[in-house]
Amino acid sequence: MNRYSIFGTALHRLAILCYVVFALFPLFWLLKVSVTPNDLLYSEGVRMWPSRMSFEHFRFVLAHSAFPVFFRNSMIVAGATAVIVTLLASLSGYALSRFTFRGKYWLVALMLLTQMFPLVMLVAPIFKMLSPLGLTNSLTGLVVVYTAFNIPFATFLMQSFFDGIPKELEEAAKIDGATQFMAFRQIVLPLTLPGIAATLGFVFTAAWSELLFALMLISGNSAATFPVGLLTFVSKFSVDFGQMMAAGVLALIPACLFFLFIQRYLVQGLTAGAVKG
Amino acid sequence: MVFDATAGFPESRRRSLVDRITRHAEPYLYTAPALILIVTIMLAPLVLGLSYAFRDVHLLNPFSGGYVGLDHFRTLYDDENFYRALRNTLWWTGASVFLQFVFGLVLALLLDRPFAGRAIAQALVFLPWAVPTFLTGLNWAWLFNPVIGPLPHWLYALGLMSEPANILSNPQLAMWGPIIANVWWGIPFFAITLLAALQAIPRDLYEAAAIDGAGAVRRFTSITLPFLAPTIAITVLLRTVWIANFADLIIVMTSGGPADRTQIVASYIFTQAFRALDFGYASAIALVLLILLLAYSMLIVMLRQVLMDRA
Repeated sequence: MNRYSIFGTALHRLAILCYVVFALFPLFWLLKVSVTPNDLLYSEGVRMWPSRMSFEHFRFVLAHSAFPVFFRNSMIVAGATAVIVTLLASLSGYALSRFTFRGKYWLVALMLLTQMFPLVMLVAPIFKMLSPLGLTNSLTGLVVVYTAFNIPFATFLMQSFFDGIPKELEEAAKIDGATQFMAFRQIVLPLTLPGIAATLGFVFTAAWSELLFALMLISGNSAATFPVGLLTFVSKFSVDFGQMMAAGVLALIPACLFFLFIQRYLVQGLTAGAVKG
Repeated sequence: MVFDATAGFPESRRRSLVDRITRHAEPYLYTAPALILIVTIMLAPLVLGLSYAFRDVHLLNPFSGGYVGLDHFRTLYDDENFYRALRNTLWWTGASVFLQFVFGLVLALLLDRPFAGRAIAQALVFLPWAVPTFLTGLNWAWLFNPVIGPLPHWLYALGLMSEPANILSNPQLAMWGPIIANVWWGIPFFAITLLAALQAIPRDLYEAAAIDGAGAVRRFTSITLPFLAPTIAITVLLRTVWIANFADLIIVMTSGGPADRTQIVASYIFTQAFRALDFGYASAIALVLLILLLAYSMLIVMLRQVLMDRA
């Protein structure tokens, strides 16, 4: 029994290690290439680490490109989208989880439908609709579009988290005189924190990496987001991998920080504590 | 006294009426903001886009826009490229979803168990999800490139390749490039969702089951799986549809090549719309894809209903 559990633990750690290596290796390669001087890029292509490190690519990206602007724009767009979507999806997900109402079936069907249509096809109509409103070439326009795109999935996600929370908790609160909304805000939402964190994370990264609509709706550098900036790199510098990967490494930093912050909430098994207490 | 009694009655009745209206309106108030956004930003352009399927719409041609009836669909019926793209879509979607789900579920189960350094391990394995897809595609395309990437040399050293070559330029193997990149990028999605669902399962259930003598396998099939089932159903359903439409990686890594072996329907639509600028034909293909995906989703929803009714 004891030997079995030691073996199981070793296997568990080994499996985790495999996942970590698989997840990190491409990113490690990204970092490696970004610090490899151009003259060593091809001659030392398969070495694990270049014999000589250089930060020339980073210097170029930070000093001679509009990358800091792209970076700021992406932070604004992804941050605003994540917060708004999570807020609205909590409300709609809660309604789907707790209420039966006329038209619910059609609402779900509509949301599923929006998940099925290739978004590529919406590019031209959306461009034509947003253009007279002055929402092209603006970060607000991107936030509006990304919010709409992400709400259906976020709603289903939040609904499945709400479904996992026992109804008895709210019923007890309502007996004590709370309205449904008070019960939702003060009892259900705090218990759904891991779900909210997951939703925030998904939406932020989705908005952070969206390329197609950013390309279509934004022209010019002042409102360009990070993926559009990367594409400019590809076309303008004839795929200068060193510089592009340096830009990529910089773009990973907020994502890394965001995930370090978010995953704290994922670890907490809040519901288990509430049902016990 | 009499006055008070008559005044009191309608007052309480009015309040209960307000209560009733509020209670009826409540779910609509919760869903209204989401619904309004979806209708204006997705449904309205969708309908407009669908009308393109029956019109001659070339983006840069100001004289286009006239109705052509079913012409696009007649062309589509004889389009060999479309059928090849359809077969490629099945392979791409099936392999990607299956591998992402299996590896994601295993990862979620591994992370659900407490161990020293779990927080760090979790943050590290979820990191790929934060990598923009565009960058993911380029990164993997580079890893597969024998000039600067290590993978061909490793495959060669293992004897799996006769010479270090780029699998992305091999028609037989090219699809594996975007699939592997997609799996790498998508595992965290399944893992995060399933892990959050796992952690919402009351721990007492496991303790009680263990006291009653249920083994690990029994606990997994009787507690974990039933609790995860709704999350699994909804995640797999939405991911399948999403991946079938997900052309970014393919466009970045192979542009549908070599010899159209990695061209999926979504990237074919993209090619028609943005390279050929034939928005009408692209919309016709999209309409067919939409109907196929709709049929698939109906099937899943019905299946889920049957399973839940039985439970």
